[in-house]
Amino acid sequence: MNRKLLFSDLLTAVSALAVAVALFLVFLVAPREAVMGNIQRVFYFHVPSAWVGYLALFVSFVASLLFLFRRERRWDRIAYSSVEIGLVYITQGIITGSIWAKATWGVWWTWEPRLTTSAVLWAIYASYLTLRRAMEDPSRRARVAAVYSVLGFVAVPINFMAIRWWRTVHPLVFDSEGSHLTPTMLAVLIFCVVTFTIVYFALLAFRLRLQRLSDQIQALKRH
Amino acid sequence: MAYLFGAYFVLWGITFGYLFFLGSRQKQLQRDLDRLLQDRQVSESPAQEGS
Repeated sequence: MNRKLLFSDLLTAVSALAVAVALFLVFLVAPREAVMGNIQRVFYFHVPSAWVGYLALFVSFVASLLFLFRRERRWDRIAYSSVEIGLVYITQGIITGSIWAKATWGVWWTWEPRLTTSAVLWAIYASYLTLRRAMEDPSRRARVAAVYSVLGFVAVPINFMAIRWWRTVHPLVFDSEGSHLTPTMLAVLIFCVVTFTIVYFALLAFRLRLQRLSDQIQALKRH
Repeated sequence: MAYLFGAYFVLWGITFGYLFFLGSRQKQLQRDLDRLLQDRQVSESPAQEGS
């Protein structure tokens, strides 16, 4: 069997197992939060979703820079695939956050700094995908998308720092004093973050395989 | 509890929805690739016979 395919299948199997263990930990091991109750369990997937969103956009940023310097197609493939996955996770983070907000704040949405910058971040990367689809010429598309991705990444640190720079109702779990979680809660959160990271790499491997297949088809059509 | 259920339903719904999208995309691309390779074989075979 192809080594890349074997690695990708292994990553998928590990992801599935890790997700099952994460669900077990979230619902049966993590303690019930004293003030918010069970709804706080959203936190264990809300935070990893945001983390993977940031990670995916960072990977796209680095791959875009490498594409601009080296002009190798594989970096464009990674940048494109990673933005697509990142957008899925940013969407998950926004929606789960919105449901959590309704349960704790009483509103689905409020234009406070973290939520506003999240909406902007989502719009920037949704536009990236639209931009790619709008361009016919592959080399121009890759070049413009790479520049856009590098510039668009500015929104990621702003989104991350929003709850530290401005007054906000969004909770700040990690600050200069450390985390405001019990050791069990922190351990479950770390496990979920690692799980989501593995899932991200499994999805990226799958998405890249599709991208290569698509390139193969385009090459056959040209000849 | 309804909000917790809703949040998890949406989260996994999006994940499986995306996986379904990738899976159907793969099938479509594989079909296109097979068809192109078949067309290519057909168009090349008379030339090979002639040579």
